[in-house]
Amino acid sequence: MTKEKEEKKYETLIVQGAKYQTTFTKKFKNRKVWEAPNHNQIRSFLPGTIIDIMAKTGERVKAGQTILVLEAMKMHNNVMMPFDGEVVKILVSRDEVISKNQVMVEVRPL
Amino acid sequence: MSLRSNILDLRKRKQEVQKGGGDEAIEKQAQMGKLTARERVMAILDENSFHEYDLFVEHTARDFGMETKVLHGDGVIIGTGTIYGKPVCIFAQDFTVAGGSLGLMHARKITKIMDHALKMRVPLIGINDSGGARIQEGVNSLAGYGEIFFRNTLASGVIPQISVILGPCAGGAVYSPALTDFVFVVENISKMFITGPSVIKSVLGEDISMEELGGARVHAELTGNAHFYAQSEQECFDQIKKLITYIPWHNKQKAQSFAAKPPKKGKKIEELVPSDPRIPYDMREIIKSIVDSSEFFEIMEHFAPNLIIGFGRMDGETVGFVANQPMVMAGVLDTDSSDKAARFIRYCDAFNIPIVTLEDLPGYLPGVDQEHAGVIRHGAKILYAYSEATVPKVTVILRKAYGGGYIAMNSRHLRADFVFAWPAAEIAVMGPEGAANIVFRKEIMEAEDPEAMRLQKIQEYKEKFANPYVAAAKGYIDEVIEPSETRSRILHALKVSENKSVFLPEKKHGIPPF
Repeated sequence: MTKEKEEKKYETLIVQGAKYQTTFTKKFKNRKVWEAPNHNQIRSFLPGTIIDIMAKTGERVKAGQTILVLEAMKMHNNVMMPFDGEVVKILVSRDEVISKNQVMVEVRPL
Repeated sequence: MSLRSNILDLRKRKQEVQKGGGDEAIEKQAQMGKLTARERVMAILDENSFHEYDLFVEHTARDFGMETKVLHGDGVIIGTGTIYGKPVCIFAQDFTVAGGSLGLMHARKITKIMDHALKMRVPLIGINDSGGARIQEGVNSLAGYGEIFFRNTLASGVIPQISVILGPCAGGAVYSPALTDFVFVVENISKMFITGPSVIKSVLGEDISMEELGGARVHAELTGNAHFYAQSEQECFDQIKKLITYIPWHNKQKAQSFAAKPPKKGKKIEELVPSDPRIPYDMREIIKSIVDSSEFFEIMEHFAPNLIIGFGRMDGETVGFVANQPMVMAGVLDTDSSDKAARFIRYCDAFNIPIVTLEDLPGYLPGVDQEHAGVIRHGAKILYAYSEATVPKVTVILRKAYGGGYIAMNSRHLRADFVFAWPAAEIAVMGPEGAANIVFRKEIMEAEDPEAMRLQKIQEYKEKFANPYVAAAKGYIDEVIEPSETRSRILHALKVSENKSVFLPEKKHGIPPF
């Protein structure tokens, strides 16, 4: 009876320039690949309902001004303009239920 | 007149209360594939050794119709018994009584047995099987939980605390197991989460089943909340009984000694490791070739498998092992493995268990997700744990020990007592490939054939630095040993360290990077 180790299919992991043969963990295989954030997109930080939209398309808004109100976790969350700029496009409407990390407004700095 | 009628009355009362929620509820429990609380206690403890307390405790709630409800034992069984003849304190929540929900008296029973365990310096085993706080008792349930968590914390590092999750353990309740030393889960039976699927669905719109959210597998593999994973309750009890033979009964004692036994005869240890440092092998085979009877009791087997922790015996004494696993993720250190190792090192240090570290790692796992997850902060935990540990610490460097990894894995600088290296050890600030690119950058760039020059420089660096002798020349390692000498060297080092006594600078406590 020969001692046969099952033919292990190894992957390659590069650490500091050296290529290592090894197996990967599930967590590593399922990890989220990083994407550079687009600072001109205002995304929702929680799922919720849009209950009020103050800004209009094309409007010039100052940093810190409230653009819309998102109801989430039993709170009225004020979503504010991150910098002095212009509202390019509003992608949500009043009473709309949105998910997490959804783009609500597109802006650009002035 | 004898007391006969009183005795018969007592027996009748006991029989009634011991039925818990009644035959129907017991039947439902069996249908879910679960044992009853009483059956579980009997299965873990030695036969006929269980003595129950507070059997006749009743709740005092008067709101929401509670005054008409009779809840036997208020949903929990507490008592003392023995395992292998030595005393333990135990509590088991009874799911058949109001879903095992925790009310004021239920919590008082648990805190009573916890107080006993701490006072008497015996291990505490908690079997969790509860729907959570008894809403009808309002803040009293929260008070109950708070009192339990406080005692878990006070007892931490004094007596072994073991949590067995044999049912739901949700909301605040789940913090008690999280504070204990070892958590046991069983497939399809254990459920742990803070917020359940229904609330998650309504607030966040995410649809997930109980099993996928907080089932046994999730905690054994992903979250690291569970230390032991079993397929059945009986397997779980066997694991508990095995664990208990490795650990001391309280922190002023050493673990039980057994007869010294040599490892089983198998492949020679030097044949287990390939000479090419980029080819993996199973570190568990190395551990098994060193420990008594080749028996290694692994802990957290499924979480961060790139690092191995567990107990073995060396000449009959319990030893804690921390080892890199080159077969998974090349044995790198990352956030999860740092957490896993650090907590285990603290446990061994608290309970007088010497630590043997087997090292073969290329460094830390690179990646944005690691950096953003705080690999700096988590990696620091392992440095802190090793530095503060005053139990005997022995390190054996098998192959690679590069950069930060060399320091973190119990190097001499973190006050390892004895550091050994195999002849194939590569103790360097970096692997040859990475280092050559930096140190010889100019030569490679200016060469006629950069690739050939690079390979030549890698070879040069390898010969000069990728060996144990540079570190040996500085006394950073104590001895370069032959692989076959590993067990005998470790045994001798542990023997010499038997009465080790060091003191840390006086302080209330440090501030580890929690």
